[in-house]
Amino acid sequence: MAATQAGMKRFYSLFAVIALAGLGVLGYLLTRPATVSIPANVTVQASDTSGFKGYVKGSATAPVEITEYADYQCPFCQTFATLQMPTIEERLINTGRLRWRYRDFPLDQHPFAVLAAHSAACADEQGKYWDQHQRIYEGQGDWAASGNAAPIFRKYAGAAGVDLGRYDACMRAGKYAGRIQADKNAGVALGVSSTPTLMANGRLYRGRFDSDAITRLVDSLARQSNK
Amino acid sequence: MIYRMSAALLSLAGLFISAYLYLYKLGKIGSLACGTGACETVQLSPWSSFAGVDVALIGVLGYAGLLALTLAALQPGLAARRWLPRLLAALAGVGVLFTVYLTYLELFVIHAICRWCVASGFVILAIFIVALLDLRRLPRDRTS
Repeated sequence: MAATQAGMKRFYSLFAVIALAGLGVLGYLLTRPATVSIPANVTVQASDTSGFKGYVKGSATAPVEITEYADYQCPFCQTFATLQMPTIEERLINTGRLRWRYRDFPLDQHPFAVLAAHSAACADEQGKYWDQHQRIYEGQGDWAASGNAAPIFRKYAGAAGVDLGRYDACMRAGKYAGRIQADKNAGVALGVSSTPTLMANGRLYRGRFDSDAITRLVDSLARQSNK
Repeated sequence: MIYRMSAALLSLAGLFISAYLYLYKLGKIGSLACGTGACETVQLSPWSSFAGVDVALIGVLGYAGLLALTLAALQPGLAARRWLPRLLAALAGVGVLFTVYLTYLELFVIHAICRWCVASGFVILAIFIVALLDLRRLPRDRTS
């Protein structure tokens, strides 16, 4: 039996109300400021990397290079970055014995890992990478438990002296999503499956993650390279 | 007609849920309102795409198709056509099977449940049920 004209009218009215409400909510979400998300598992284009192979600190002539594949939301990476890295930096990197290369390896189970890596990449545009990097790791307990980490990263960027207008544009554009994915793909190709993973002079390191063990490793590799 | 009206409203709801998840996947709306963070785990997992296409986009296209179909089925000239509710039930059935597969992935592979996916699952199941009910009562409509 066909619906009455009044019944159809009521249906279309209800349909229009729901459609407008839904469009209103989506419109609000699309236009609200300072909220950003970076897509993961993107297809890497050649232009995404342009020769980029991680963030480097230390002398170009250091005899040993360690590449770290890490995830900003991984608790173990956080402990390593905040407790061990300051000593490694002071003892090995600043003395020219070690060059450190940091590459992103955001794990899928960490919802803010890509966003954190992207935030650091946007800070890198303005020469503030390591500052933002450290702030993100130090604040992991705060942003990892939040519903929205983007404004917290933005706050760190502001504190690091980053121009927030350029930072916002960079984050909204998701400019470095491909580069982060390229880092991860490179790690996967080397057999990286967990974080942090260290490669010392290109070889997988399976030892302890403390500054004393890393010092012994660097000393050992430096002796080998001197022979 | 009440079944088709219900199916149209449910399709509209499903379309908005899928659009929300797809906009998230595109990085346009920040984080998802989920409560547990499990939605982002699911949406950022390798299983958030199927045959190279984002699952959320499949949802958008599927619900848009169902919506177009139900709105067409409400037009007086097409109300008595039996192929429309049949097609609606068939498409919703495929949607239910796809949802079962996705729920399996969430429970046993990803180990995280996305509440929006659960909501979409209930929506597609409801569309399937009302499509079957519509199909059952159609002969009575034609003889009245």
